[in-house]
Amino acid sequence: MNRLTTVLSTLRERRKKALALFLTAGYPAADSTPGLVLSLAAAGADIIEIGMPFSDPLADGPVIQQSSATAIGNGVTITGILDGIRKIRESSTVPLVLMGYINPILSYGSDRFFRDAASSGADGVILPELTLEESVRFKTEIDRNGLSQILLVAPTTPSERITAIDAASGGFLYCVSTTGVTGSAGKGTPEDFLFRVKACAKKNPALVGFGISTAAEARHAALLSDGVIIGSALIRRLSEGEPVASISGWVRSIREALPAT
Amino acid sequence: MTGEEREAVLSWPDRRGYFGPYGGQFVPETLVPALRELESLYESLRNDASFQGEYHRLLTDYAGRPTPLTFAARLTAHFGKGRVYLKREDLCHTGAHKINNTVGQILLAMRSGKTRIIAETGAGQHGVATATVAAKMGLDCCVYMGEEDVARQRLNVRRMEMLGATVVTVRTGSRTLKDATSEAIRDWVSNVKDTFYIIGSVVGPHPYPLMVRDFQSVIGRETSAQVLEAEGKAPEYLLACVGGGSNAIGLFHPFLGSSAIMTGVEAAGEGLDTGRHAATLTRGRPGVLHGSLSYLLQDANGQVQLAHSISAGLDYPGVGPEHSALKDSGRVRYVSVTDSEALEAARLLSRLEGIIPALETAHALAYLKTMMMETRDDDVVVVSLSGRGDKDMETYSTHSE
Repeated sequence: MNRLTTVLSTLRERRKKALALFLTAGYPAADSTPGLVLSLAAAGADIIEIGMPFSDPLADGPVIQQSSATAIGNGVTITGILDGIRKIRESSTVPLVLMGYINPILSYGSDRFFRDAASSGADGVILPELTLEESVRFKTEIDRNGLSQILLVAPTTPSERITAIDAASGGFLYCVSTTGVTGSAGKGTPEDFLFRVKACAKKNPALVGFGISTAAEARHAALLSDGVIIGSALIRRLSEGEPVASISGWVRSIREALPAT
Repeated sequence: MTGEEREAVLSWPDRRGYFGPYGGQFVPETLVPALRELESLYESLRNDASFQGEYHRLLTDYAGRPTPLTFAARLTAHFGKGRVYLKREDLCHTGAHKINNTVGQILLAMRSGKTRIIAETGAGQHGVATATVAAKMGLDCCVYMGEEDVARQRLNVRRMEMLGATVVTVRTGSRTLKDATSEAIRDWVSNVKDTFYIIGSVVGPHPYPLMVRDFQSVIGRETSAQVLEAEGKAPEYLLACVGGGSNAIGLFHPFLGSSAIMTGVEAAGEGLDTGRHAATLTRGRPGVLHGSLSYLLQDANGQVQLAHSISAGLDYPGVGPEHSALKDSGRVRYVSVTDSEALEAARLLSRLEGIIPALETAHALAYLKTMMMETRDDDVVVVSLSGRGDKDMETYSTHSE
């Protein structure tokens, strides 16, 4: 059990849905992340995903492309991100999941990365370019360090593959709600997909992400799943310079909109 | 190389799309089912007589194959030894080797039932070749092209538009081929149900590097027969430019089991030590970009570096995974030439042989002056003349003495 699996089982016992928020590390400023994480956790986020910026984020829409470019310009590196996690751990036990593209991790050294991520206080990793098949080679190192490897399923994933991905996933199962990049708006969460996930994935809680930006959308997605992940909508608010107190109020409104299980 | 190593090289890729340690499928889950479908579709058609018959009929009746093998008499005299031949891919319909691949992939698209075609392009040759076959088959076509390339390859933008394609100008990141490819992948992720992505080089996730290699290998197969006819033997040297590396693989692959000396020429841009180059195999290290593991130009933190080349088609920080494996194995050697060496070689070929080459191709030609120092008098050298230079006339005029 790590902080992530503990929190997810506590939520299940209390019949509550999970709220996960995504931040790009080093955005809007190089040193913003630890303070933002603490504020968002205080406002009701159960899990924080920390995005490790990459120069070529091909699964991301314009909002996260922009925040990634800014963060890289701010000088953010994996070493700096892990330092930030240690800082968060001085005062918080909120589950932290590192999300990113594989190349910076390969460049850092994958074995070294999983070891340093765990020792700095991270609980899991989401590596969206690693398919079920490509993720196998990293599994031993990820498990050895007590990290959860969170895998993704999409509306295009066949049912038997959803079952196989769920079996290989740890922590939760990340359900990509729309056929598109992050922040794709307007399509809504396809109910048939989440019904299929519920029927095929029995091991992990299923959290829904991509394109959820309002309390109403979050409530709808959560009715069909175990929780929601919000990223681009949060980054957009940061990019518009919205004060943290106001963002925290928005997070609370989403937390309150989430239904009981 | 030992016989065993040679066997290994010839067997690539394995079932998971690996050429030695390179290749694979590094893509969002949304695309995995589409890649599985494509793998099994291609597997079923790769040795299917009716598919191959249709493909070769189009190459003959539409694309203008076989292309000639031209003996470059005055270029040979210029170097004073060896026998230099040019494999004339510039004479293909649309003016470059790119159509060999788009003809093959459009037939796959038709069989897959997808109704919309997307592509990325750098120099515009792949974009034009894709727009061409999409028009012929009556499919919608959308081509992503970087803003910088739209400006420097204007003629090809006009051609794509005349062919009925939509050209989307990409203004993010490098504003060249790298970001055009990222945008095409984002489009594919968003529209995977009805869209077929025609990748233009031996890059991207499996099975693209395999498919594109197979479709381009017609270059090497024809060369083999033509050199045998002309010289009564196999060529001693093969030479081609490498951006992603499709014309080079097409020429080299049928000869991998032979003793031919093969050289891939990358773009050294303003010089390898200026940091402004696109010499991925010479100066990069392994990494993941656009769906596969291969050599990559990147900084100490694993962020992809901007490439630079005067040639839009070579201006890319990645390279096909099979080239990475061929480099490590030592079977193919990779070298680089600068922007100014390429410009000089383009002028030389124009004056001596009456052929204006594409800027990409000019990089292969520029290495001749170095390579011809090692050849013997009767050695046969084949250069892949991958494309013609009409599209580059503005750049040539700007840089003329």
